Amino acid sequence: MADQTPAEPNHPKNQPADLQELGAGLRRARGEPDPETPGPGRVNSREMNLAFRVAIELAAAMFVGGLIGWFLDKWLGTTPWLLMLFLILGMASGTLTAFRAATSAGGQDDQ
Amino acid sequence: MAEEPGAEHGPLDQFEIHRLIELEAFGVDVSFTNSSLWMVLNVATITLFLTLAMRGRAIVPGRWQSMAELSYTLIAGTVKDTIGQEGRRYFPFIFSLFMFVLFANYMGLLPRAFTPTSHIIVTFAMSGAIFIGVTVLAIAKHGFKFFGFFFPPGVPIYLAPLIIPIEIISYLTRPVSHGVRLAANMLAGHIMLEVLAGFVVALGIFGFAPFVMVIAIFGLEVIVAALQAYVFAILAAIYLSDAIHLHH
Repeated sequence: MADQTPAEPNHPKNQPADLQELGAGLRRARGEPDPETPGPGRVNSREMNLAFRVAIELAAAMFVGGLIGWFLDKWLGTTPWLLMLFLILGMASGTLTAFRAATSAGGQDDQ
Repeated sequence: MAEEPGAEHGPLDQFEIHRLIELEAFGVDVSFTNSSLWMVLNVATITLFLTLAMRGRAIVPGRWQSMAELSYTLIAGTVKDTIGQEGRRYFPFIFSLFMFVLFANYMGLLPRAFTPTSHIIVTFAMSGAIFIGVTVLAIAKHGFKFFGFFFPPGVPIYLAPLIIPIEIISYLTRPVSHGVRLAANMLAGHIMLEVLAGFVVALGIFGFAPFVMVIAIFGLEVIVAALQAYVFAILAAIYLSDAIHLHH
């Protein structure tokens, strides 16, 4: 969900002003919360999903970096230097991927 | 499930692999296990569901046909939005992937069922195959230019020794996080359900509190099952799109 970049013509934001007003009026009449302001009672599955994704991304990148370093060390006999170097590179790449995931999700459709 | 009498019934028993038909080919254990059985059942159910639901081919769809059409339009729209017009060719692949994961997740929620997608080896097999396929596709389509993917435009040249390893690790991480995400979600949900269900019996009359929790979490699991299937399919579509258009 977080990665999606949809062009939704039916998204409330892309509709004319009178339709938006009508939608807001209908929501008020039904007693529904405004979708633009997430209240405390709303479980925001998209944000939970994003948080979960970022956590896995960070761990997986470090794991992959460490694995590459470990194999290169075994191959070149440079224990433990390449392992340390690639662990740090893995953390950096995890941060990069997490940053990309967070920005691409936040820029397009905020909620 | 544990068969011996008196055996402790742990929350992890549901993930155990049993050999149903012992098979061996060239010294490799290729037994037909409960995991294989549920995957076969899964594919059979999908085939039955899609063919039977679409048998009527009504202009105004009934309930079953609506469900089949809904899954079709969901993935068709997603593929078009992520990959664009060239994505039509890859629709069958993404759709099969989505239906397989969705049905594996949902059928795993049935009592006494086995969830193939809760095993990391199953999800890794899928994400690894996607990773290799996408990389081969990108190299076949763009040739040597593919390696420019690891050096984004606009980055100063003196940062190359730092940014290229980082981008390569980031690329190699894709199949790991892609596979782990699905398996971890299914595993966590099923363990949580089983642990709480164990409390229901253990607490006697006060067991109604965890029982309510089990119902709530089961509802959550129904959402997670569909969401994770969708996420798995959409990530495959995004990786395909990266391979075709060659940008982040």
